[in-house]
Amino acid sequence: MDFNWLSTILFLPAAGAIVIALIKGKDEKLYKWLAAVFTAIPLALAIYLFVAFDRTAGGIQFEESYLWISPLNSYYHLGVDGLSLPLMLLTTFLGFLAVLISWKVTSRPREFFAWLLLLETSIIGVFVSLDLLLFFIMWEIEVIPMYFLISVWGSGRKGYSATKYVIYTLLGSAFMLAGILSLYFTTGSLSMVDIANGGLGMVQAAMPAAAIFWLLFIGFAVKLPMFPLHTWLPDAHTDAPTAVSVMLAGVLIKMGGYGMIRLCVSMFPSQAQEYAQILIILALIGIIYGAAVTLMQKDIKRMIAYSSISHMGYVLLGIFALGEVSLTGASLQMFSHGIVTGLLFAMAGLIIHNVEVRDLTKLGGLAKQIPIIMVVFVIAGLASLGLPTTSGFAAEFLVFLGSYTSNVVAHLNVYTIIAIIGVVLTAGYILWMLQQAFHGPVKKEFNKVKDADGLERFYMFALVAVIMLVGIYPAVLTDVFKVGIEPIVKLIGG
Amino acid sequence: MNLELFKPEITLAATAVLVILLDLFVQQKSITKYLSLAGIIVAGVFAALMSGSDGSALFNNMVAADSFAVFFKLLFLGIAFLVILGSSDYENKFANFKSEYYALILLSTLGMILMASATDLITIYVALELASVSLYVLVSLLKDKKSTEAAIKYLLLGAVASAVLLYGMALVFGSTGETQLTAITQAVQAAGINSPAFYVGVVLMIGGFGFKIAAVPFQMWVPDVYEGAPTTVTGYLSVGSKAAGFAVILRVFFSAFGMPFTMSHDWGIIFAVLAVVSMIVGNVAAIPQTNIKRMLGYSSIAQAGYLMVGLATFGVAMSSTMYAESGVLFFLVSYALTNLGAFIAIVIISDKINSDNIADYAGMGKRSPLMALALTLCLISLIGIPPAAGFMAKFYIFSLAAQNGLLWLVIIAAINSVISAYYYLRVVKVMWFNSAPSKEKVPSSVLPKVALAICCAGVLLLGIIPGLMMKLAELASRIFTA
Repeated sequence: MDFNWLSTILFLPAAGAIVIALIKGKDEKLYKWLAAVFTAIPLALAIYLFVAFDRTAGGIQFEESYLWISPLNSYYHLGVDGLSLPLMLLTTFLGFLAVLISWKVTSRPREFFAWLLLLETSIIGVFVSLDLLLFFIMWEIEVIPMYFLISVWGSGRKGYSATKYVIYTLLGSAFMLAGILSLYFTTGSLSMVDIANGGLGMVQAAMPAAAIFWLLFIGFAVKLPMFPLHTWLPDAHTDAPTAVSVMLAGVLIKMGGYGMIRLCVSMFPSQAQEYAQILIILALIGIIYGAAVTLMQKDIKRMIAYSSISHMGYVLLGIFALGEVSLTGASLQMFSHGIVTGLLFAMAGLIIHNVEVRDLTKLGGLAKQIPIIMVVFVIAGLASLGLPTTSGFAAEFLVFLGSYTSNVVAHLNVYTIIAIIGVVLTAGYILWMLQQAFHGPVKKEFNKVKDADGLERFYMFALVAVIMLVGIYPAVLTDVFKVGIEPIVKLIGG
Repeated sequence: MNLELFKPEITLAATAVLVILLDLFVQQKSITKYLSLAGIIVAGVFAALMSGSDGSALFNNMVAADSFAVFFKLLFLGIAFLVILGSSDYENKFANFKSEYYALILLSTLGMILMASATDLITIYVALELASVSLYVLVSLLKDKKSTEAAIKYLLLGAVASAVLLYGMALVFGSTGETQLTAITQAVQAAGINSPAFYVGVVLMIGGFGFKIAAVPFQMWVPDVYEGAPTTVTGYLSVGSKAAGFAVILRVFFSAFGMPFTMSHDWGIIFAVLAVVSMIVGNVAAIPQTNIKRMLGYSSIAQAGYLMVGLATFGVAMSSTMYAESGVLFFLVSYALTNLGAFIAIVIISDKINSDNIADYAGMGKRSPLMALALTLCLISLIGIPPAAGFMAKFYIFSLAAQNGLLWLVIIAAINSVISAYYYLRVVKVMWFNSAPSKEKVPSSVLPKVALAICCAGVLLLGIIPGLMMKLAELASRIFTA
């Protein structure tokens, strides 16, 4: 490959961050336009790569590999396969929209956009790195922008939430680091490709593979988040500024699911099978418990935040059902949850910004006053509960189909039926939320509330279009995901 | 005898004497500062030129001039250079003792350099005293109540530690009849010495050196001395003294106590235990601190803990071919740059706000964004978050430890890094999120800014392309594979 596509996509946002941080002048417009340009180009390039990706050849494409740190045998190794490409595309897409969503940020805009762009680089880095050290560095760098973004531009108990987020993440990565180091010394390699292909034939008795599996898994489970490691999520999501909630729910927690598939499942297929039972049970608890807690929420953002716990339970279920269909479903669910919850957070942010009320019990009757926001919010809500023709349906259907037919664990079909109860609960809270916010008697105090303006309509409709596209024709994504997942399923032997 | 190989030391000593003499005759005191800097540069050039001369020895094998010694010569000279650059504004607090300040820094650097090159118990002790006595005086140089109290504490506890060390050396000498490191090992091997007196001697020496590197339970002096000493001296102490302690431990425990493997394994485990308590005590005690110098004092205890993970690996893996010590060397370089950067930023900031309280750093991000950014970078490096050097240093040291069966230690160390994030980030939080009491900028002359810029550039460079420095560290630690 002559041109370093992935490096360009990876570092353009970071370059933009540096330009924004250093450029002279106090014109807020300038920062915003710069941020938009430096995220739009990676999006365009990512779309190009998505189209140019050779679906028949499969494997890792657009690879770049240079020796980086010779004493550690570490390479600057980038590449995408069918699994990471859509997630990278999603990151660039939401990264661009996050800039548009933040168009009305007025407090310290220079720093805000610099951190936001840096955040995008680190998340893209997680999805495209094929070297464990590089992967871990990208995973860790993300903490700093998040800390600043939540604690400066957040709301409510922002300092508490930001610190909690950092401590949880670092604790998870402490275990992950130990896991990566043990992988490194048992295999002598930091290359994810080599380790996945070569297997752990050299594992020594001193360090059982199961221990490495769990060390890595804890790191990813914190990020996913898996019950009972989820308690950072409602705080961070609720108190973060809108664009950051979108990034957090949209792509950041997907790093956990991606890591599980890429490292835990494909490097430790037999351990994954061995522990599938317990993990699936935890997934079920997450689905039901998350949905039940969501039903209790009154704060609009907190409600969406808790719903993420439930939805990421489906991802966990799909991953550890360990079948081709279920893994494809889990990947699609990650993508779908990214756009759907991203849209929900964007809408909630818009309501909070325009109406200046975030308590659902105090909202009501807004359907008349802000019809456009209402329509989009309803679409997002229905996608979230998995209505056919939306991406949520396609994803959840594949997960349930895959897990129902999988026989990796005894009675998985029973578990699946329990999981489906979660969908009913989801319908419950989504409909309640829509009803509370938009229906009921019209309240006079909201008469002057503004509806979405041109820019807001643009990003809303962009997200709705993608939700519909994936819902009606999921093959646009599943074809690519399958290319990435087939080799992993072969490793499992299913 | 080959005095050629002793040029850097001679240059340093001569510069120190010249600085004191010149002080008597010139009015323009800043000349002594530039003279010191020039002396360091010349010594550095001499040291760099020696880099090829492996295995040479001086004074009847009492001082070595190998690549390990050269590595530390350059490190200590670099530290002294940055400290002197960073003292340009701060020196006004020393009133009439400016030249003495520079001369003492040079002398103490000389002591540290000798510590890293000494290959005989006697020279080790002499070098250690040269470094320590200069430091006692430096700590007292502010001449106020706190500074004097700190110096007295440091002196008394330091004297006890020296006595313990000397007692240990005497026991080792008594059991083996040798003071030369390599001869000790030969005596141990030949006579199969395993008397309790010998082991007590080794343990006492760990205690004596443990004082230098501020390992728990020999850390009592740290918070008070760090708080009371002039801030530039605190910075110098926190990196120079520690690096010298580790240099001497690496050399002594490899050359004298490296064989047989049962013994090296035993002291490896001792260091592992010390590492665990140092990390836990340092990190937990740092959390409630309100004075930034005290906090960094406890943090330096914790950092010594991470470094001792490397020592433990060194002991446990003595028989294997991996370069466990190169991790320690790399960590020392990265720690020196990071901590010096932090202290120089603190020197500049506290000069303006006249306070070392963390709460008074409020709004520094608005008052002086670049200064706050530099301090933030250093703190992030101390936590060990990429892309700063601290991450690579930890990764390197931990990866070597994990490879040699110390994964439990790595997990404890990694969790400790998480605890440390809490108190380092508190400073970051105060600087960027709290509102400033005034809008005045923090002024500074050029030289401290240059020093700070060098530190920050180094921290980023080692964090992003660490390969070269790792190579150098491996080269320097090649003497341990002989």
